Parts: sequence; C-alpha cells; structure tokens
Amino acid sequence: MHFVVCVKQVPDSSEVRVDPETNTLIREGVPSIINPYDAHAVEEAVRLKEKYGGKVTVISMGPPQAEEVIRKSIQFGADEGILLSDRKFAGSDTLATSYVLTQGIKKLAEREPFDLIFCGKQAIDGDTAQVGPGIAARLKIPQLTYVLNIEEINVEEKTIKLHRKLEGMREVISAKLPALLTVVQDLNELRYAPLPNMIRAARYRPQVWTTENIEVEDDKIGLNGSPTAVRKIFAPPEREGGEIIPGGQENPEETARKLVERLLKEEIIADK
Amino acid sequence: MSEKYDVIVVGAGPAGVTTAYLTAKAGLKTILFERGDHPGAKNVMGGVLYRKPTEDVIANFWKEAPLERHVIEQNLWILDKNSVVKAGYRTKAQDQEPYNAFTVFRSRFDRWFAQKAVEAGALLITETVVEDLIWDNHFVVGVKTGRPQGDVYGSVVVLAEGVNSMLTQKAGLQKDGLNTAQLAVAVKEVIALDKEKIESRFNLEEGQGATIELVGDATMGMMGTAFIYTNTDSLSVGVGALLSQVVRQKINPNELLEHLKNHPIVRPLLEGGETKEYLGHLIPEGGYNAIPKVYTNGVVVVGDAAQFVNGIHREGSNMAMISGKLAAETIIDAHKIGEFDERALSHYQKKLSNSFIIKDLKKYQNASGFFETNDHIFSLYPSLLNKAAEEFTTVDNVPKREKQRRIMELVTSERSKLEILRDIYRGWRVMG
Ligand SMILES: Cc1cc2nc3c(=O)[nH]c(=O)nc-3n(C[C@H](O)[C@H](O)[C@H](O)COP(=O)(O)OP(=O)(O)OC[C@H]3O[C@@H](n4cnc5c(N)ncnc54)[C@H](O)[C@@H]3O)c2cc1C
Repeated sequence: MHFVVCVKQVPDSSEVRVDPETNTLIREGVPSIINPYDAHAVEEAVRLKEKYGGKVTVISMGPPQAEEVIRKSIQFGADEGILLSDRKFAGSDTLATSYVLTQGIKKLAEREPFDLIFCGKQAIDGDTAQVGPGIAARLKIPQLTYVLNIEEINVEEKTIKLHRKLEGMREVISAKLPALLTVVQDLNELRYAPLPNMIRAARYRPQVWTTENIEVEDDKIGLNGSPTAVRKIFAPPEREGGEIIPGGQENPEETARKLVERLLKEEIIADK
Repeated sequence: MSEKYDVIVVGAGPAGVTTAYLTAKAGLKTILFERGDHPGAKNVMGGVLYRKPTEDVIANFWKEAPLERHVIEQNLWILDKNSVVKAGYRTKAQDQEPYNAFTVFRSRFDRWFAQKAVEAGALLITETVVEDLIWDNHFVVGVKTGRPQGDVYGSVVVLAEGVNSMLTQKAGLQKDGLNTAQLAVAVKEVIALDKEKIESRFNLEEGQGATIELVGDATMGMMGTAFIYTNTDSLSVGVGALLSQVVRQKINPNELLEHLKNHPIVRPLLEGGETKEYLGHLIPEGGYNAIPKVYTNGVVVVGDAAQFVNGIHREGSNMAMISGKLAAETIIDAHKIGEFDERALSHYQKKLSNSFIIKDLKKYQNASGFFETNDHIFSLYPSLLNKAAEEFTTVDNVPKREKQRRIMELVTSERSKLEILRDIYRGWRVMG
C-alpha cells in the first residue's frame, strides 16, 4: 500500500490575532506548526502502514521553510517527503493549490502509484476545507470527508470501510481504492515519536520539486490561477448579553432549579 | 544496535550550543538535545549579550544574528520610595562597530545560534528531555531520553542543562544539590513600546540601547537587582532576588515586579507600554563556593549547570559560552588520544582555572554570603543615600556644615559609626 499525505505549514493559531483596524491576520513573528488535522492524517497513514505494510509519503506545497512540516511528519513515522516549492506558486488560492498538489501527486504516482491520499479536514489558517475535495475531483477518485475511524482496508479487493463524522450522527461507508480521505482530529491520538524517528527527521532533507520538476500550466498556478479574492476577514463580534442567575453561593439548589426553569421556558432543554 | 556519537550535549542554551558548534565544526559527530520546542523557547535573560565572548565562538556574529540594540549607556539607579540616586556611563566608543554589547531576546538568539551548530554538522533534537545518564563501570557512556527507544551512546556527555542541574546531581558531581541561598528567582516582562518613545525617553538614536540596573526599593530592600533594558520596540523589565529572602519575607516575585513597574520614578519610562510576555527563571548565585566538580569519567559540566554566573556584574551568557568553548577544546584534544576518563577531561578544569571565569568567581566568593546575611546593605544604605542627596540638593538657608552634620546624624541614628565602618571594611573585603 502507498499512502500519500498532504500536509501544510500554518501559523500557530493560538498565537494569531486579527488586527482590529485592518481586519487582517497578524502573522508576523508567529511560530509555524503543522496544520493539526494534517498531523492526525500522517499518524493514521503511519498506523495503516504498520498494519497493512507499505509506505507513507508526505507532500506539501509551500515556501522553503515548509521543510519543517515534512520533518515533523518524518518524526511521526512517514518514510519520505516532497516539498513543492517555487516562487510561481506564491499567492495560490484553494483552486490553484489543489492543482499544484494534484500535479505533484501525479508525478509521484509515475514512480509509485498511490492507494490512499489523506488530507486534514481543513487548514486552520483559511478554514476553507476545499483543497482535499479539489484534489479528489481532479484525480477523479472517490472523496470521503470528515473521516473519524477507519475500520478496515481489504488489500486484495482494494476497498476501504470507514466512519464519517456528520452532524449528530456517524455514517459507515465503503469505497473503492484509490480514494482520498479528509480526517478530523478525533480519528486518533498522536504518538510520542520514538528517538530514532527524531534523529532520522533531524537529518532528513526532503526532495524539492519546482515548476521544472512537475508539469504545470502557468495560468493555473499562483496569483494567475487564483480567482478567489478575499474581501474581508474579521473576528466575529463578541457575544452579547447573557444572564447570570444570582444566589448560587448561598442557595445552590434553589438557583439550579431557577436555571432549569429558564432553560425549559426558552426551550433550550426539553421537558420529558 | 544504536549508533554512537563522539559528543552528546544536553541543553541548547549558550553553553551547550557553543560546545556543539565547536565540536561539530572540528568534525566530531555531535548530537544536541533540547527539551524546548526550539532552542531558546523557555530561556530567559535580561538580556545583555556581550560581543567579545560571543565572537570568540562565531566571528562577526553581530552582522547576522537577531539582536535588538547595541548598548552605549549603562546606568545604576539606587532607589528609595520616591527618589533615585543615579550613576551611569555613556560612550561613543561603544556606538561603533564591532560594538561592546547588545540587548537580545533569547528565544530568537538561541534559535539562530543553534542553527549555526546545525549548519556546522551537529544534530539538533528538540522536544526531547534527557532524563538520566547511562553508566558502565563508573563511566558515563550515554544518556536516556524520555522518548521510546530513547537511549543514546557517546564518548562524552556535556551537561549544559542550565541552573536546574538535575543530571549534574545525578552524576554525583553536586552532592548536596542547591539551596535557596544559592539561587535567585527572577521575573521579567517584555513591554511593547513605540520605537520613537523608547528613543526619546532614553535619549537614544536609532539602533542605540541603554541599560538600567536598579537596587534598593527596586527589590523592596531584598538582596537582588532589577533591570530595564531597551530593545528595538520594547523594554525588558525585570527583577530578581535571592530565593531565601523571597521565601523569608513571603513576597512573591510577581509583587516585586508590580512594585517596580508602579514605582513613581520608574512608571513614566513604561507609560503607554503593553505587556507582551511574562517570563520567570532561576539564576545561580552561589558563586565560587557552589561550583560542583565539573568533570568525571565521560562527563563535563558547562554554563549555569556549573554555577558560572557573576551576579554582581550581570555576567552569565559569556561564562556559559567561554566554559562551553573550553570544554569543546578539551573534548577535541581528548578525541585525538581517544581517552575520555577523568584524567583526560581534567584539562577542562585547568583551562577554567586559568580563565576569567574561575578568577572572577573566586574574587567575589564571599560576596553573596555577606549580602545574604546583611540585608540592611540593600535596604538601609540606598535609603540613607537618597536622604543625604535630598538634604544636599535642598536650598533652604541652612549652612552647609550644618547640613553635613544633619546627614551624619541621620546616618548614625540608623547605624552606629562602628557598624558602618565594619560594613565598609567587610564590603570592601568581599568586593575588592
Ligand atoms: C532574568 C535573568 C536575566 C539575566 N540577564 C543576563 C544578562 O543580561 N546577561 C548575561 O550574560 N546573563 C544573564 N543572565 C544569565 C544567563 O541567562 C545564563 O547564565 C545563561 O543562560 C546560561 O546559559 P546555559 O547554556 O548554561 O543555560 P540555559 O540558557 O539555561 O540553557 C539550558 C538549556 O538546557 C535545556 N535543558 C535543561 N535540562 C534539560 C534536559 N534534561 N534535557 C534536555 N534539555 C534540557 C533547557 O531547556 C535550556 O534550553 C540572566 C538570567 C536571568 C534568569
């Protein structure tokens, strides 16, 4: 089995703030991390490799320093990493990004055909959740989003059975391989990487592919290939109001009763 | 079968990075462990970085390292409740290349510095704690990290773990551990402030920096100092006091810092600033008498782990780097003959003894003990000095001789002439 995982370097969202005047993200000086969903995708791919055998390759589009997320993936147990990096990719929106990644994956597949592609559910810096499905559409393979649990892979028949996380329910579904999955964080727990992986990652130098190495059309990449225009980004207004029911200290039981009455009246909870 | 390294370094602060950089550069297979997310992530310093010792490791570092301002002015402020007596030195000589000292952020500087070691060939492993040493027949032959399959073997282990010297203690080199009279606790805030404001308040031009060390009311009279350093567009403001005194007086360091920031003389300097970061750290203040044995079979100890800090002169990073350098030289020599036992590594001790590190620490060996048992030096004298200055600067028709008498009276009402003479004599003995 060949598992390919798309990973992205993102600013650590716990440290990003929105500039209240210009409504843009303040990214300066903010440390970069692997997109958290992608980390879980790598973890899952490595688990499947351990179970069914094969190889995990990660692929990322980004500036030279995105090499770090590839090294991070090697720490988790990925075997190889490819960085798609070229000035011409700069400014790509989700359409162009999914195109570049697809072309990279196609090139990779010439060498080693893939069985399963993983993406994170979305990237925490843009929250669009479009790149994964974009790649699946371009590759014309099934896409399975919000994957919560992989039950099994049938290596002979090349099928996968998994659970998708939907609002208020789970969907159990089977699909033919090759397929593309986007995963949620509940899928697994990240492992504490063993030292040999850490050492391997510290030494690892990913292959870097530019427009010289993969086949891309100039008008489909970078700003030229990006029809999306971001009008405005803003922090949602702080929630207003709220009501505090007093007396909790002195008379907790009575106060709790009042709270329940209110919740019933507002139909926030149901009366049996 | 795991691979073997020539050098294992624990801790990517200035001491460890220096050793790793130099041994890797000399072609020794070097691995450097750091428990933080990246080197410098948790490291704290005022911080003034000195050019000469740093250049002894990396020539011309100041042309590319992430530095804040070059220091052209250093001040000492002796604070009382509402007043200050100031002394300072400003020079154009330190305003030109290659400069004398710089203000820095350790989270940036250490990261850059460690990257240099990586470029020289050292393997940097972050987010990994070294938990113990591996022994073989009275010889340290490697380390155990907290990770699965985490043992690593090497010819020599360099303990550059900083003030919290757990492994140095485990190696049996620091048998009694550390006590609270040998440690200062320091807290610091980074306060963002417009560049223009910093430059006008501190009388600086672009790129120039100033430092202020504060004593007296700055530490509420405890043994310790406070500091205000100018960065490019922020101030580093902090205060440190001896742990034993902080415990005895039940003042938490946080309160000390708030007290300093709200001091009527200090507050205007910080006005309009926004606190960006809050940091805390210990400083080894035990000096010469607290230095552990710094080598044993297969081990050397460098930097703060070996207590190499001169608190009186605010020197630590320089001692860390130079001790790291002397350790590297010793290891490179030991590597040539293939011996890493006590005898081979004892050259490190000899090099240290011939350097300013041991000489300076020896010079002040009784100072911290003296100050720690004589609280009044940090509380009484600053206050008296300020009162004397008040008397001296007030023009009120009182003859000068009368003023001098009043000052003397004021001083001797607090402490007898004999006691003062004794303080001066003892102070001179420990400092001179
Ligand atoms: C508030 C304050 C202000 C100061 N101001 C100045 C100043 O202005 N100028 C100056 O020269 N000095 C100053 N110092 C002193 C200076 O910071 C230290 O002397 C210097 O950092 C010592 O360097 P080091 O490499 O020995 O230790 P550290 O810088 O403490 O580095 C030790 C490193 O080891 C890592 N580590 C520890 N244990 C382990 C382990 N078991 N496994 C893996 N990693 C580990 C730590 O994470 C850390 O990165 C100041 C100190 C403080 C606290």
